[in-house]
Amino acid sequence: MELVYALTIGALTASGVYLLLRARTFPVIVGLTLLSYGVNLFLFSTGRLVTGGQPILGSTDSYSDPLPQALVLTAIVIGFAMTAFVVVLALRKQADHHDDHVDGRESSARLLPEDEEDYDR
Amino acid sequence: MNHWLTAPILIPLLGGILQIFIGYAPIPLRRTVALATTVLLLVSTVGLLALANDGSYRVYSFGNWAPPYGIVLVLDRLSALMLLMTAILAFFCHLFAIHKTDESSRQFHALFLFQLLGLNIAFLTGDLFNLFVAFEVLLIASYGLLMQGTGTKRTIPSLHYVVLNLAGSALFLISVGMLYSVTGTLNMADLAVKVPQVSAEDLPLVKAGGLILLVVFGLKAAILPLCFWLPKAYGSATAPVAALFAVMTKVGFYAIVRVFTLIFGADAGPLANLGLDWLFPVALATLAMGVVGAIGARNLRTLITWQVIISIGTLLAAVGLGTEQGTSAALFYLLNTTWIVAGLFLVVDLIAGQRGAAADKIVTAPPMHNRTLLSVLFMLGAVAAAGLPPLSGFFAKLLILQATTPGPQMAWLWGVLIVGSFFTLIAYSRAGSIVFWRTVEGHVAQSERLTLPVTVAAGGLVAMAVVIVLLAGPISAYVDATAQQLFNSAEYLTTLHTPVVVGGL
Repeated sequence: MELVYALTIGALTASGVYLLLRARTFPVIVGLTLLSYGVNLFLFSTGRLVTGGQPILGSTDSYSDPLPQALVLTAIVIGFAMTAFVVVLALRKQADHHDDHVDGRESSARLLPEDEEDYDR
Repeated sequence: MNHWLTAPILIPLLGGILQIFIGYAPIPLRRTVALATTVLLLVSTVGLLALANDGSYRVYSFGNWAPPYGIVLVLDRLSALMLLMTAILAFFCHLFAIHKTDESSRQFHALFLFQLLGLNIAFLTGDLFNLFVAFEVLLIASYGLLMQGTGTKRTIPSLHYVVLNLAGSALFLISVGMLYSVTGTLNMADLAVKVPQVSAEDLPLVKAGGLILLVVFGLKAAILPLCFWLPKAYGSATAPVAALFAVMTKVGFYAIVRVFTLIFGADAGPLANLGLDWLFPVALATLAMGVVGAIGARNLRTLITWQVIISIGTLLAAVGLGTEQGTSAALFYLLNTTWIVAGLFLVVDLIAGQRGAAADKIVTAPPMHNRTLLSVLFMLGAVAAAGLPPLSGFFAKLLILQATTPGPQMAWLWGVLIVGSFFTLIAYSRAGSIVFWRTVEGHVAQSERLTLPVTVAAGGLVAMAVVIVLLAGPISAYVDATAQQLFNSAEYLTTLHTPVVVGGL
């Protein structure tokens, strides 16, 4: 079980990092999502992998640690909100720049044209 | 248990929620309520500073769960100092925002207060996972604040900022998981007890976890290989937001100081002073990089964003010395740099408003309407930031220089800091002389007049340079005591023995 579990985390993280480096907003968001899946599984495993264990001390011989489960739950909720935000932001960027490259346009030396006259507060 | 510890968290939380509900109320009402919330926060942090000044630790355990099982808030001198610094900064930024920024979005005040909420949780928490939650709270508020204002130029820097910070959060969770898997705790005091007892086979895991934590905090603090997102993100934010963000990198600084003196401090057994060898050279490189960026800046705002990076390099170089004097000097410099950099962001915004199309570019333009006032404010800020006498920057840098002991470290720090300050000065004088002295004929069609709140806000933050000098005695006594408290981390462990409250309040 440990090997399969570790391979799964590894595969998710590796795919996540690969997609994160793709420099297009859609793969980047999918990459972030995969990365957070990998991280959540990793976090879950920090309480050691136990099957059929209760998260209550003293009731059985084999118990599972409840704290990582609580941490994962928090991490999932936060990750969900952040993903939702980044999707909206990517859509806004798509509307503003008509290109889903993360720098606004491909092979652009300047990320922010300094002469752009839309300075405001 | 002292319930006042929750005040810096509850005040902005409730104030922010109230702002959501009165989102459609007339703007004067919303402004008054929002500003009153920030003032209330300021008052509460002054109270907490007075409370923390006796040198003891105050603990608040949520839900009356005794540590290390429940989440605790811990107030000590360092937390109180960070809270007060943030509250003063927030008050001036908020005052400035009332001028114009808050008209563009109904959510501005709520986001602003939630930002303060996240910052205050980060400064008060005594739990590593709660620190992660605090980072997420302040980050999601900062994403919203960064997007304030109209125009399309903010979307790309915001996207970079968000994606980088999400990747940073993933790393944070990995390091928290690694530490938990070995030690079985996330309470900072309990971690400080457990880390020295880690067995030899588990040691690499804890070490890796600790160093990943340093990378995460380094990303927030913007140290060298992780700092390139900062100039564009801060440079495109509206002025009060950029000014408030002056404290965001200092959260990374705070987390580094807290975690690496308490958990991986001198008492951490085989892992003592983990990461300290890295911190010093990286900090000096950050400082040098910031200076290069400041010289190359083509507009005033970019110049100030690089000043943020110079500040963080200076701060961490002083902390990287690993001595009590170094940390004390860093804390003194922290107050100076946070307020001054924020003040400069606000002053630059006022300058840009009076120069029409030239905005904040370092080019010649028709003279500004309030040239005298703005040039004096800019000069005061620049003098304080570059570290010339008689303002606070000079004394802060002097303290850092004095904190070194003769040796190669001293040579490196003195060399980089003094040469860096000199080139920073050149960058400021070049920018100032072009913007204020070399003017062309003509007048700006749409010159923004200064109103009282913005002048008070920008002037107030810059005037902090004078206030720090006037109060230098009490402030340096306080930061000395803070550093002493930090390096005597055994005292922090007593927070573990906080008894559960029995009976009523």
